[in-house]
Amino acid sequence: MKQKASIQLSKGDRIFNFANYTFLTLVFIATLYPFLNVLAISLNDSTDTVRGGIYIWPREFTLENYRTIFAYDHLLTGFMNSVLRTVIGTVLGVLSSAMVAFTLSRADFHGKKFVSTVLVLTLYFSGGLIPGYMLMRELNLINTFWVYILPGMVNAFNIIIVRSFMDGLPYSLQESAKIDGANDFTIFWRIILPLCTPVLATIALFVAVGQWNAWFDTYLYNSSNPDLTTLQYELMKILQNTTMGASGDPNAFRGVGGEQAAQNVSPESIKMAISMVTIVPILLVYPFLQRFFVQGMTLGAVKS
Amino acid sequence: MKLQKKKAHTTRAMPLSQKRTFWQIVLQQRYLYLMSLPFVAWVLVFNYLPLLGWTMAFQDYRPGVPFYAQDWVGFKHFIELFQDERFYLVLRNTLVMSIMGLLVGFTFPILFAVLLNEVRLKAFKRTVQTVSYLPHFVSWVVVAGIVTKMLSVDGGIINELLISTGLADQPIQFMTKGEWFWIIVTLADLWKEMGWNSIIFLAAMAGVDPQLYEAAKVDGASRFRQIWHITLTGIRPTILVVLILSIGSLITIGFEKQFLLGNPTVVNYSEVLDLYALNYGINLGRFSYGTAIGIFNSMVAIILLFIANGIFKRYSNQSVM
Repeated sequence: MKQKASIQLSKGDRIFNFANYTFLTLVFIATLYPFLNVLAISLNDSTDTVRGGIYIWPREFTLENYRTIFAYDHLLTGFMNSVLRTVIGTVLGVLSSAMVAFTLSRADFHGKKFVSTVLVLTLYFSGGLIPGYMLMRELNLINTFWVYILPGMVNAFNIIIVRSFMDGLPYSLQESAKIDGANDFTIFWRIILPLCTPVLATIALFVAVGQWNAWFDTYLYNSSNPDLTTLQYELMKILQNTTMGASGDPNAFRGVGGEQAAQNVSPESIKMAISMVTIVPILLVYPFLQRFFVQGMTLGAVKS
Repeated sequence: MKLQKKKAHTTRAMPLSQKRTFWQIVLQQRYLYLMSLPFVAWVLVFNYLPLLGWTMAFQDYRPGVPFYAQDWVGFKHFIELFQDERFYLVLRNTLVMSIMGLLVGFTFPILFAVLLNEVRLKAFKRTVQTVSYLPHFVSWVVVAGIVTKMLSVDGGIINELLISTGLADQPIQFMTKGEWFWIIVTLADLWKEMGWNSIIFLAAMAGVDPQLYEAAKVDGASRFRQIWHITLTGIRPTILVVLILSIGSLITIGFEKQFLLGNPTVVNYSEVLDLYALNYGINLGRFSYGTAIGIFNSMVAIILLFIANGIFKRYSNQSVM
């Protein structure tokens, strides 16, 4: 943008630049350090960790913490459930957004006004916690896996983002396909969907992160069924137990780290290892999707 | 060739024709209806049906009893709610934390975006930016764990820094000090969302005409004047939209962070409306009372949204609703 100015910098500019780079470096460190610290502690021997002083490098390197947590039944079940809900939830969420957005992007669609009104209103109100809970009860969704997938499957915000992307595609593509005899569904599946890859990747990331990070639905609907637990919920129980001290759920640590189970407090390193297990999958995916979501956010923001 | 032309003619002429009946249109657009109506039905079930549940607030709701057999009690639960001292405490917490969150969560991403925008070193800018998004993708469960760890009395980096710089003589028990809770929640939220929320401002800044900066430089404008008059003026519409949207969602701050960061010693500062509804409504089984809290919450949210939208209309002739 303004690269030419680098030759003659005024004194004020130099002071500004120095302060700016210093400040941004501090922000960078403050954001990154906690993650490095968690990683280092998770890789450090759990009894040694108690001595403190672990910063960004493990003092006594070990993979034992990870071995311990994966031996813990609930954690493995939780991991599987989290993966499952993320995959199913993402596929269904993206598909529903794309389909509805496609019909809304068609100027000739006669149900457009009705569909968009019904959807947009959901952005401004919700029934609230208890009516929502009662509905899940009436629908017999409590203590089922589907309570993770069904309630949030159709999301108005995601539909708006996909739709504004589709509005940017030339309509002539659809017209020429029609001339060749394609019906609306074929047009959607064969032409529109492939062209929407960037925005669908964005939505997929949003939905996937939401699913992966969710714990409250497990707490509210499925906490009595250990087979339906999720990774975040297991982590929540373990972390809450420390903050709440003895008043927490006494069963939260059953099975974590042998002798510590008796004291009811799991070692720092174990907690940090579980945290890492929930962070790493996201870290692996998000750099690849970054350019998409920056594009997608911008677009959604500008148009809506 | 001839056939194709004819076909093209009919498809294009069809939408203009006035003679087709409603059912002909439905038949012609059957795939479009098939692709959206099931999802509309979905939304009606999962988003609109719970609104019927609002009637619970006006009944002494008993689970398992049919709708017509419930006892209707009018505003009894609302009156009880407004007479509860705890309610005002919880309302105070909700408002204080949402206003603090709004002020900090709105200004800092703009500041961060402005400063990043002034960076010429592409690699530095990209690295800082990429890392700044990171916390957004991590769950509140993990963030709460990280915050607790960083602030802990044994080995928390914050306490170590405070002691080594001489700002504190002994470790501070951050998590057990009620007055600190609001600040901790606000800063944790800032740490988690600042980078992410700055994306929209950075995108808006990329659209500012570079020639304006050149012209300003020729006129001898300092960096601060350039930021003030060009960058910030250029992204004013974006700033306004974001501000209005955040005012609209002021009271619906959620409860995840309060639930996860709170503990029994700070409960008088950490409990918010949704948690209050959760505790009474589901954990104690007082569904009617809990629903009344939820309705109060929604009403305030809608009023705030209307006020914000009204202000926005006056200043920009646009509406976000």
